[in-house]
Amino acid sequence: MHIRTEKGERHTLSVLVDNEAGILARIAGLFSARGYNIESLTVADVTEDETISRITIVTKGAPGVIEQIIAQLDRLVPVHKVTDLTAQGPHVERELALVKVRGTGDHRIEALRLAEVYRARVIDATTSSFVFEVTGGPEKIDKFLELMREVGLIEVARTGVAAIVRGRDAA
Amino acid sequence: MPTERSGADILIEALTDLGVEVVFGYPGGAVLPIYDVIFKQTRIRHILVRQEGGAVHAAEGYARATGKPGVVLVTSGPGATNAVTGIVDALMDSIPLVIITGQVPTGLIGSDAFQECDTVGITRHCTKHNYLVKDPAKLGDIVHEAFHIATSGRPGPVVIDLPKDVQIATAAYRKPGTGALPHKGYRPQVKPETALIGAAVEMMASAKRPILYTGGGIINSGPAASQLLRELQKLTGAPVTSTLMGLGAYPASGEAWLGMLGMHGTYEANMAMNQCDLMVCLGARYDDRVTGRLDAFSPNSTKIHVDIDRSSHNKTVQVDLPIVGDVGRAMEEMIRLWKASAHHAPDLSDWWAQIAEWRAKDSLAFPPSEAEIMPQEAVRRLHEATKARKPIITTEVGQHQMWAALYMGFDAPNKWLTSGGLGTMGYGLPAAIGAQLGNPNALVIDVAGEASIQMNIQEMATATQYKLPVKVFILNNEYMGMVRQWQDLTYGGRHSHSYSDSLPDFVRLAEAYGWTGIRIETPDQLDAGIQQMLDTDGPVLVDCRVSKVANCFPMIPSGAAHTEMILHANEVSGEMDDEAKALV
Repeated sequence: MHIRTEKGERHTLSVLVDNEAGILARIAGLFSARGYNIESLTVADVTEDETISRITIVTKGAPGVIEQIIAQLDRLVPVHKVTDLTAQGPHVERELALVKVRGTGDHRIEALRLAEVYRARVIDATTSSFVFEVTGGPEKIDKFLELMREVGLIEVARTGVAAIVRGRDAA
Repeated sequence: MPTERSGADILIEALTDLGVEVVFGYPGGAVLPIYDVIFKQTRIRHILVRQEGGAVHAAEGYARATGKPGVVLVTSGPGATNAVTGIVDALMDSIPLVIITGQVPTGLIGSDAFQECDTVGITRHCTKHNYLVKDPAKLGDIVHEAFHIATSGRPGPVVIDLPKDVQIATAAYRKPGTGALPHKGYRPQVKPETALIGAAVEMMASAKRPILYTGGGIINSGPAASQLLRELQKLTGAPVTSTLMGLGAYPASGEAWLGMLGMHGTYEANMAMNQCDLMVCLGARYDDRVTGRLDAFSPNSTKIHVDIDRSSHNKTVQVDLPIVGDVGRAMEEMIRLWKASAHHAPDLSDWWAQIAEWRAKDSLAFPPSEAEIMPQEAVRRLHEATKARKPIITTEVGQHQMWAALYMGFDAPNKWLTSGGLGTMGYGLPAAIGAQLGNPNALVIDVAGEASIQMNIQEMATATQYKLPVKVFILNNEYMGMVRQWQDLTYGGRHSHSYSDSLPDFVRLAEAYGWTGIRIETPDQLDAGIQQMLDTDGPVLVDCRVSKVANCFPMIPSGAAHTEMILHANEVSGEMDDEAKALV
């Protein structure tokens, strides 16, 4: 007998929660306890009085699993609202990456040229390295990193996805 | 300006305002300030258990038998960790509990202080909600909110972790009703959508082979829900089956009763589930013990599912009409709409004729014996001798639990207390103690096994101390019978560590605790032994020696479909493939 694993589709969930101690552990623990995936997770308070945080979770699962994830999140007492941005329709996703690249000569010039194409800004430089700041959707960042690997990628810090619905209304 | 008082005072004041009459607990260093307040008051009765695990199960028994929330008070560290099994048990079975745990002073949290553990971390995912209280000014509101959360929506356990310095520091206490609004993020949907109920009623009116599949949600909804179920059954004429947790909501003596369903359910209940054209699930959750093999579960039925917890919908079985709401409210609406649309009970005579054929299999029959006591016979006689007194029955976990479920016959809710979801051995004795405290005049019997009873046997002293006349009826077969049964079914009869060796002399043990001990060894002693138990004042333990090798049938083997039931021991092959072995 072999262990079977299920394939799934990527969903971006936006979760409004009370900004209180332990909330992140509650959310992350729910995912690990029930065997759900977390591809990325971002959290920050988003109201003037700092009482509400928005957690953006990118997860992967079969449709039934996504439905369960939303229902399970909704069941937590400090969770106010769960929105499946992927199911809801038009929304924008952005993340920010800090990318350290080392190189001299042609590699250095190529790195700068590519950074310009990807609208990455240089935020630190030495004679043999750069740190680029690049924002965009996860695919754009992935692509940029792929190119930087060829010219001398050293390390990366990524924020994970923040997302919001398009248009004038709140989700 | 209200006068300030200590956190410990605020806690007890809040519990009193909430109508708490009984607290099950065990003292320790981190709750001494609370115990000092308890010492100086008379409104709340504290029941001293012998281990914290016993306190939680006792609170569960109290809650399930009375419908009120159970309250537990334990110290930090080992006090809290000992309570964890019971907390998970309450979460799985949706039992309303509030557990107050002591904690080291706030300044010492995280320093590996004496008897420190991360209680909120440990209980975060086995509670409905939990709190670490760092400010005595917030304590009163938190206690009120905790009770609201524990008892509303789908009930469950709520932990309040209270550091020792917060118990001593002072603040003002606000009476309920004057405090903060309930939690903004917590709004359980109690009232079902009328349009969905209307759709359900139309489906029930046109069904040819309907079944009402009922569960513990009806018990949790309150006694009125059980009455509504009976009315709904009368209107629709549908047969009724129930999960382990829902027994008593529909009377076992009722004509439409098919018996319990699932792994150890009756043949007629499981066949009717398999062959129905409309399944109306009322407050149950399609547990694996109920469904058997999922891809063969009731393949041709339309499924309606009423549950107060949205996450129960489509968790294991895809349903056609999920309805979120309190099951009592839902049935009330169903009855109203059924009457308003002047539906008549449909003609189900073909369906009932089919059910009669299944019933004729008599799946609860068992091989009689004159030489030894058959455990099924012992439970049947116990039921006959006690049913007039409408006893509250608790159980431990294993074969005896299934026999009690199948042969006791429950006609009313809140009379059947068992650990269903978690399957916790050691539940029955403390649960019986809690049930007896909530119902001083009731006959409370723990139907037990000789292995399970030893998991919380220390609670016999609690019954003695508070003069609680609980009865413990042990079906003693000298085996962890259900483990042995699975070894018989799946592992070629290799009884690896399932024999209960070195058993105590239960009669002398009972006497050592100040109980009466009775031994029943042969079939001719059975009725007299049961009668002696019932005639004896005070707590009684009966060591009933039953057939050592009897197994619990009917049974749907792990990974099998409802149509693949084993009805008798001679149908057992003794080995199973790896896929079946890997299932729970």
